[in-house]
Amino acid sequence: MNSYQTFSAHVRDNSPVALVTVIEGPHIGATMVVTPSGIVGGSLGNADIDRIVARDALGELEAGRTLVRHYGPHGESTPEDLIDTETVRIFIESFSPPPLMWIFGAVDFTAALARVAKVLGYHVTVCDAREVFATRRRFPMADEVKVTWPTPMFAENGHRLSSRDAVCILTHDPKFDVPAIEGALATTVGYIGVMGSRKTHAKRLERMSEVGITSAADLARVHSPIGLDLGGRTPEETAISIVGEIIATRTGRNSSPLGTSDGAIH
Amino acid sequence: MRELLTDIDRWQSDGKRVAIARVVDIEGSGPRGAGAAMAVNQDGEVSGSVSGGCVESAVVSEALAILSGEQQSRVVTFGYSDDEAFAVGLTCGGIIHLFIQPLEW
Repeated sequence: MNSYQTFSAHVRDNSPVALVTVIEGPHIGATMVVTPSGIVGGSLGNADIDRIVARDALGELEAGRTLVRHYGPHGESTPEDLIDTETVRIFIESFSPPPLMWIFGAVDFTAALARVAKVLGYHVTVCDAREVFATRRRFPMADEVKVTWPTPMFAENGHRLSSRDAVCILTHDPKFDVPAIEGALATTVGYIGVMGSRKTHAKRLERMSEVGITSAADLARVHSPIGLDLGGRTPEETAISIVGEIIATRTGRNSSPLGTSDGAIH
Repeated sequence: MRELLTDIDRWQSDGKRVAIARVVDIEGSGPRGAGAAMAVNQDGEVSGSVSGGCVESAVVSEALAILSGEQQSRVVTFGYSDDEAFAVGLTCGGIIHLFIQPLEW
């Protein structure tokens, strides 16, 4: 296998991989492929620079960052070592597995949300305890459909969720959504949204406090009613408002129209 | 790059040579961030994009020049100013740096 085949096999398997390329300096165009288990293909020209850049690439990969870094010809990276030496510019490109979205509740809104989430590149899991509703046939766009309750789902898989991921609870059923909220709060997931009217949410807050979910920090993580205030009604419009809120939560923006604000767009 | 793999594999299995162009850096406002990529084969067929359509055709010419050996792999910058060698720019006013190379690794 050449480096390209090794690299593309990792990308296709959704396993983390960094593609490292000399974009300026000797050996321009030289490429190396780095995974958490080390260098798996190619070279940047010599063993010293390979070793040092592979270490740095692994750090960038863990953070999911893509950027250019500067070195000396043998991987020198401290400023004093770089004086009077040729600079090698290296492009480190991180390919991380897709973010996860877990959707609880196999309802019409679920299908629309799963479709929109796929557009954004999420790996989507639909989860419902009712076997007749949680079927592949109803959710062909989802990557996984699981017939299970929230508590075992989080106990078995909650450790896989991180700040890039989202949990959307669309059940409207307290015996399903309160355990799902509890499970999600026990993880480091970046977004937790729960569907329901303001009235439903007020009732749910009572049930949440009965199981001990009362801290301001926990309550601030739970977005409910779910989504941005776009005034939409259909499952598809609702799905857009939900993913809009997920993006705004990640970027820390207040999601007002750009036309009414100023400052940098990106 | 992920979205280009199917086209690249098909071109390579047809024996076509392929160049890839990747955004390595953006200054100011830019439609696509670092890592946005497009692939160009020796016949000028294109997969993917690196901006909102502002610089793609210039990238194709550059990629074909690199595949034919007229040009070496290099960083190409678009959007500096009208005085620059490349007359194309980004409508959003940003500066985009692309690395273009033959896929020979």
